[in-house]
Amino acid sequence: MKIRDLSLAEFRARLGGDGIRLATGPFNCRLQSGIPELADELARLYAHHPLIDDKPFIDFHVGVQPGHGLRRWIAPQARFIVDAVEPFTPLPRGQALPMLEWGLNWCVTAYCHHILVIHAASVARGKHAAILPAPPGSGKSTLCAALVNRGWRLLSDELTLIRLDTGQIMGLARPVNLKNASIDIIRTYAPDAFLTRPILDTTKGTVALMAPTQASVEAVGEWADPAWMVLPRYRAGADATLTPMGSGTAFMQLADNAMNYHVLGARGFKAVGDIIERTRNYSFEYSRLDDAIAVFDRLAAEGMAE
Amino acid sequence: MNLLIETYRHPESIRRLGTADWDLLVRQARHANLVGRLFLRLQSAGVEADIPEQPHNHLLSGAVMASEQRHAIRREACFLREALKPAGITVILLKGAAYVAAGLPAAQGRLFSDVDILLPKERLGDAESALMLKGWASTATDDYDQRYYRRWMHELPAMRHVFRGSALDVHHTILPPTARLKPDARLLIEASVALPDLPGVHTLSLPDLILHSASHLFHEGEPDNLLRDLTDLDLLLRHLARDDTAWDGLLERAAQLQLSGPLRLALRYCHRLLGTPLPERIAARSRCLADTGIVQRMLDGIYARVLCPQHPSTADRFTPLARRSLYIRAHWLRMPPLLLAYHLAHKAIFPPKQETHPLSTEQQG
Repeated sequence: MKIRDLSLAEFRARLGGDGIRLATGPFNCRLQSGIPELADELARLYAHHPLIDDKPFIDFHVGVQPGHGLRRWIAPQARFIVDAVEPFTPLPRGQALPMLEWGLNWCVTAYCHHILVIHAASVARGKHAAILPAPPGSGKSTLCAALVNRGWRLLSDELTLIRLDTGQIMGLARPVNLKNASIDIIRTYAPDAFLTRPILDTTKGTVALMAPTQASVEAVGEWADPAWMVLPRYRAGADATLTPMGSGTAFMQLADNAMNYHVLGARGFKAVGDIIERTRNYSFEYSRLDDAIAVFDRLAAEGMAE
Repeated sequence: MNLLIETYRHPESIRRLGTADWDLLVRQARHANLVGRLFLRLQSAGVEADIPEQPHNHLLSGAVMASEQRHAIRREACFLREALKPAGITVILLKGAAYVAAGLPAAQGRLFSDVDILLPKERLGDAESALMLKGWASTATDDYDQRYYRRWMHELPAMRHVFRGSALDVHHTILPPTARLKPDARLLIEASVALPDLPGVHTLSLPDLILHSASHLFHEGEPDNLLRDLTDLDLLLRHLARDDTAWDGLLERAAQLQLSGPLRLALRYCHRLLGTPLPERIAARSRCLADTGIVQRMLDGIYARVLCPQHPSTADRFTPLARRSLYIRAHWLRMPPLLLAYHLAHKAIFPPKQETHPLSTEQQG
């Protein structure tokens, strides 16, 4: 059974009660919230994700709850809770939905050291995946959102999960976090995609979440082989240009963006090295999304031909 | 239901766990800060293959994190040695840092957030200046807290290194000077032992590490790590027990340091909850298993509720009261009544700010 098979009333009741139990890639999550206004958008973001009422092991028991006491009414707050612990400062109630998303990301980075976790987007064509690590503001999420609306499969927008045994990427297929100008760009570029209402004044500016495509969610169990590492950079007016990157630089890019590189020690070093051995590495400058997609499609075609 | 202690004591019992039990076990272990230690316990008992994949991922992650901390702590000990060398002060590690640096079994899967060191009270000023020169800065900003630590406590306000972010507690003794028990810190320093593979770094001797752990456990009001601390004691005591005569030495040392009371409680709860083996003569001499008196029964009621994972699944309706009583008991043991009243009044009027962090995944990279 999928989330979309629940009526909104049922979804809302479960969310406010014992929680929605769903799988996002390798992780089972239980989501609870006493903030009913986020139910509608949350249900649409996760519409195609499977319910796992039959699987009692939950990796992350998380929730967003209203503030205590007066903070329910005056400058209302949202609190992120992971299994009865509240690790973060509350945010304004209007930011409950992104808070839940960021909180889930935090769970992965805090609790999962059996894999290498890279702060990067990743998308796949068939078995081959492109890893897009990049600092905020580089246009990583915009490019990722555009690719998944043009035939690429979303593995992850924010956290790329690498298995330490096979070096494969495990997809998460969770919502894509769009910021500021990219919200309207993607609305125009992919009018069929579901985007939440823009949420103003977060620490990342204005934010909207885009639902992963149905195909991405349904194929999330198919692990992909890293084939390309592409460091994107948006520059107004630039032609789409791929520039090969030396493997030393590429290594440093990945290592810098690996959240648990230092925790994994020698295993982290080896995992990053193994990826770089397998991937073709590029830096990539672009301004027009259609041109950028064409470049990625060409990479994919070369990958298939080999 | 306290699945964690059951599993910790009887690793082979995991073969009977269903998927929902595993869910609860991982949550309880996380709340008790024992994820990594539980993993290593199961692994050394030879039952790792019986852990299903998903809980295995979580438990393994805890152990991976702890082993990384091992390197970090040893590195930090070297930085401290270099910082204090010009002042001619020896680094004496306490608690978790000492277990790790000395390679004791109590280091297994141990997660901790700071390094604790001990030095002579008269060298406190010199040490603080030497540390500040090398980048450690005091974290207490409020005047009251600064005064409180410096006048009444056994340690300086916590310090943090400005670049590495590592936390440091500088102690001049192991209990507050205002506490009823007054262990002589000079005896601890004299008995400290040099680490062969970390020249210039010392730790407390094994009996003193045990006594410090016991006095910390039964004098602090913060319940979240109590079970973790009890497993430390269990591992330390089992290590001590390699030499049967060391038990007698431990009791004598406790008497010398005025710490027989906390040691008695440590032996009692280690033996009862974790099955720590205890020679009969030691149980008799310390009277640690005697069930006499209303005070002991009250303490048993309190500790039954706090020496378990502080997770909703192990709580009953008396748990909040037990936590509260422990806080009051800790303060009661720590300072005379008038000072206590003054301190609690101040904290009630100016409650400390909650320590939470802004949510950001991007800053962690």
